[in-house]
Amino acid sequence: MTTLTASRQRYLPIIATFALLVGAYGFGAAQYEAFASGQVVLNILIDNAFLLVVAIGMTFVILTGGIDLSVGAVVALSTLVSARLLAAGVSPLVVLVLVLVIGGTLGLGMGAVIHYFELQPFIVTLAGMFLARGLCYTISVESISITDGFFTTMAQTPVSLPGGMHVSTSVVIAVIVLAVAAYVLHFTRLGRTVYAIGGSEQSAMLMGLPVARTKITVYAISGLCSALGGVLLAFYTLSGNALHAVGMELDAIAAVVIGGTILTGGTGYVLGTVLGVLVLGIIQTLITFDGTLSSWWTKIVIGALLFVFIVLQRLVSRRAR
Amino acid sequence: MVLRMTGIRKRFPGVVALDDVDFRLLPGEVHALMGENGAGKSTLIKVLTGVYGVDAGEIELAGEPVSFTGPAAAQRAGVSTVYQEVNLCPNLSIAENILLGREPRRFGRIRWAPMRRRAEELLARLDLELDVSAPLSAQSIAVQQLVAIARALDVDARVLVLDEPTSSLDSHEVDRLLAVMRTLRDEGMAILFVTHFIDQVFAISDRMTVLRNGKLVGEYETAEITPVELVTRMIGKELATLDELEQVRPERTVREELLRAEEVGRAGGIEPFSLGIQRGEVVGLAGLLGSGRTELARLLFGADHADQGTIRVDDKPVSLRTPRAAIARGIAFCSENRKTEGLVEDLTVRENIALAVQASRGWTKPLSRKRQEEIAESSIKALDIRPANPEAKVGELSGGNQQKVLLARWLITEPRLLILDEPTRGIDIGAKTEIQKLVTRLAAEGMAVVFISAELEEVLRLSDRVLVLRDRQVVAQLDNDALTPEQIMATIADGGAE
Amino acid sequence: MIKHRLFWPTAALIVLLLGNFIAHPAFFSVELREGHLYGSLIDILRFGAPLIMVALGMTLVIATGGIDLSVGSVVAISGAIACLHLSGLENQDSLGGTAGAVGIALGLSIVLGACNGVLVSVLNIQPIIATLILMVAGRGLAQLITDGQIITVNSSPYQAIGGGFVLTLPVSILIAVAVFVLASLLVRKSALGMLLEAVGGNPEASRLAGVRSRRLIWLTYVVCGLCAGIAGLMISSNVSSADGNNAGLWIELDAILAVVIGGTALTGGRFSFAGTVIGALLIQTLSTTVYTLGIPPQTTLLFKAVVVMAVCLVQSPAFRRKLVRRRKPKPVTRARQDEKVEVSA
Repeated sequence: MTTLTASRQRYLPIIATFALLVGAYGFGAAQYEAFASGQVVLNILIDNAFLLVVAIGMTFVILTGGIDLSVGAVVALSTLVSARLLAAGVSPLVVLVLVLVIGGTLGLGMGAVIHYFELQPFIVTLAGMFLARGLCYTISVESISITDGFFTTMAQTPVSLPGGMHVSTSVVIAVIVLAVAAYVLHFTRLGRTVYAIGGSEQSAMLMGLPVARTKITVYAISGLCSALGGVLLAFYTLSGNALHAVGMELDAIAAVVIGGTILTGGTGYVLGTVLGVLVLGIIQTLITFDGTLSSWWTKIVIGALLFVFIVLQRLVSRRAR
Repeated sequence: MVLRMTGIRKRFPGVVALDDVDFRLLPGEVHALMGENGAGKSTLIKVLTGVYGVDAGEIELAGEPVSFTGPAAAQRAGVSTVYQEVNLCPNLSIAENILLGREPRRFGRIRWAPMRRRAEELLARLDLELDVSAPLSAQSIAVQQLVAIARALDVDARVLVLDEPTSSLDSHEVDRLLAVMRTLRDEGMAILFVTHFIDQVFAISDRMTVLRNGKLVGEYETAEITPVELVTRMIGKELATLDELEQVRPERTVREELLRAEEVGRAGGIEPFSLGIQRGEVVGLAGLLGSGRTELARLLFGADHADQGTIRVDDKPVSLRTPRAAIARGIAFCSENRKTEGLVEDLTVRENIALAVQASRGWTKPLSRKRQEEIAESSIKALDIRPANPEAKVGELSGGNQQKVLLARWLITEPRLLILDEPTRGIDIGAKTEIQKLVTRLAAEGMAVVFISAELEEVLRLSDRVLVLRDRQVVAQLDNDALTPEQIMATIADGGAE
Repeated sequence: MIKHRLFWPTAALIVLLLGNFIAHPAFFSVELREGHLYGSLIDILRFGAPLIMVALGMTLVIATGGIDLSVGSVVAISGAIACLHLSGLENQDSLGGTAGAVGIALGLSIVLGACNGVLVSVLNIQPIIATLILMVAGRGLAQLITDGQIITVNSSPYQAIGGGFVLTLPVSILIAVAVFVLASLLVRKSALGMLLEAVGGNPEASRLAGVRSRRLIWLTYVVCGLCAGIAGLMISSNVSSADGNNAGLWIELDAILAVVIGGTALTGGRFSFAGTVIGALLIQTLSTTVYTLGIPPQTTLLFKAVVVMAVCLVQSPAFRRKLVRRRKPKPVTRARQDEKVEVSA
């Protein structure tokens, strides 16, 4: 009996998010005929593939009880580095590798500082955010457009799905990242250590788990995901711009929280994050479909959802104790 | 012999925590490590499990000299530890908590089904049948404790260290744990058992080692020592140093009752007790560490909520749900944890002394700087706080002076009931005597005092009446008519049975 | 003297100012034009005023061990609602109307701060998360108020708040100075400062001493909201318009930085308004310096990144410990006692 309620409680946030998603979609489908088409859902994925990848990285960090404010800036840096290098004629493959290395290294550095100097993740990743945005401006203050053949092909080639529907290659990449992330979190020692640290860092240490290595790794993963998210954004916009992805860290955090991951760490699923991203996307789409509501309603609704979910988390965890 | 520690010395800044301590552990025995707070039990265990390095001495495991770099290394060598506070991850499943870091894997992929089976097997060894995929947080503390033991067993442990595992368990759960310990002992495991529950020691242990003030008192066969002898050895004697304090307890006349507690208790804290305290009376609480002394005091002060019973002050029922409410009734409480619950180390002596008075006035009615300085100066003078500088940071003072600052904070609130939890612990003899004199004087002036101390002589010297506690229960209330420490020890040892 | 906690930030500020002076000898010159003071130093003070305001409020919150991420949004909302109210007036120049606009804006800011305070002190939600909500939603609210447009107003009394001069000095500087003096008096003449430092320094000890910490913490968020509201008025009045999207963007980060530079630890406890003001001025001077040296202004962010890391590392006990260990070569090969494993006994 106790175990039943306990495991139900575990999935409760995800179920709530899923219900919200279905409700929002049902509402949309009832209101607007065009909404009912499956392609609308796929379009949400297409428009948010980069956010999904970034939010997956953020999930790792938040599961350990940390936070990464640098993701938006790293995304922007990645678009700019790509655009600038491509414009200089560097091969796209080299560009991809380089961008990922830069993102991963930034994350690694922040993780090391957080762990070894016992600084708050908040302030360290804030510095990382300043650093990455600052680097953006040293590369270019202007937007640089991307004309490279590989990038344009990736941007414009749709992947057909049965039923006449299609997604972009970015969606395929995002789904692969999702699958890898889910596997790592559920089936590897690294993933389980992430959860253990989120549950109790001190216990994890006394249990003899590699706490230092894991904590640094999650920030590296987040950096890597941000860099990849930047590449996907570059596919999506075919440009590099220092002003890309301003405030994306908030969207990513919101997606993770709405997806049921608890901000103090230890509980949550990467699948929830997908639902969180979809909820954000569907709200945006609904507001666009409505036509009379302006874009800022998105922020207000996201804020309201954040409020509801955070208070719910609080009440659930208080009752559990 | 599984384990031999010889000549262990461990020094921290300002204290020698372990001084030339020897310790032996045999296979197939339950060996109790006994001692009062500060005796060095925890340090010895941390040295053994590699949390601390040693300054001198040797550790041999199965005849081989070892030096662990941390708990993980100790575990690999077969020394597993279960701590007083469950050090597991409540958000993970039982199976994971048992096997985390040693999961069965194939090509790096965790195999969940074999993992659950292995966890079930290990629990079966402890006679436990649980849904191992349920999260640990859904289990009681007792079960969590057993899960921690199951984890310890999995590493082919030869030595199992149980550091006060029973302190938050009820008697039924304790029996279960003791049964598990017997099973493991019979399988040949060497168990090092740290506890402060005397009856458990006599129920389960084969031998025991007693430490006091970082020194080895002796190693005994459980069958050859009585509870009274054990308690005497744990507490020791320090009578000589305190003779200068005369026993000047004024003759008691009939006085009005200040506070009465009826059947007040808190689950997991202290069993319901009843107690009346009169003006000008010193009530001593005697009992070993963990006997419920502090828990009782915290209920009287509203630091914890009582979940049953009523408290009356001046014969009117009151609700003491917060310390603030208790302070408003004239109750004051000096916590035994000066650092975490008493002082704000970053603030000055002056600010720390003024804090409680200021808090009850509220922020809009400040004590003027001049007034604060006067209060601080007079307290410094009255209690001889050193350095005599009101602007010194409290964190930089010695323990005795910190204690005086805390006392000063409460004295200036002019309380009617002053609760002192271990006010003389860890401070030098001079300061100790001063505090004892102060208590006597305050009581003579009409203040009621509840005095808690692990030193029985001290309790007896000051108190009009002594409450004896054991295993979270008040087992006796004795009028202090020439009570002796031996009488109190006997009461503690036999649980006030007679 | 070196030990004084304001020494390093002050030294950094002076070095920066001197550097400017060497690069541009005219940097220190202040001239009186049409009864108004002009010059680089005055500009630093004037443009720094909103940051000083926000940072002062943030100091109180951080002193209790909290943080307020929503101040940037409150800045935007305050400016937006004031301009909305003014733009609806027939006579925008009326003093009463302007006072009404200011009143509404500050009232709303207080309410928003109070909401943050309830989440933190009553519901016990981590401050960083609780204020994140308003940080996200507040931007939307500000845009909702301005309807996504930039509302321009034409009110000379309103414009005076951020752009006017009194007794040759810019009004915004006077406001900042007044608030600083008031706040310092309030905190040090009442018992507020001491109780806040007690709560931030040791919450449990404060509770056991009878401090009403919940109410105090709530109050700091209210004050922080109010300060952000005033900053919002300064910013919007200076340009006589409200931009819901960009007003006060990232000011929360600068404010936190100013507080940390000023010697108030993010973990709470002792705080210093003077330090915060110096920190804010340092940040503003940094921006100005980058500008006057002809470095692309956007690279200010790089400097900030370096400053944040340097300040935090200097404050980190772990960093100092590691530094000391590295300097003394080898006495501790086997003693691992300061390895950070804490086991409750």
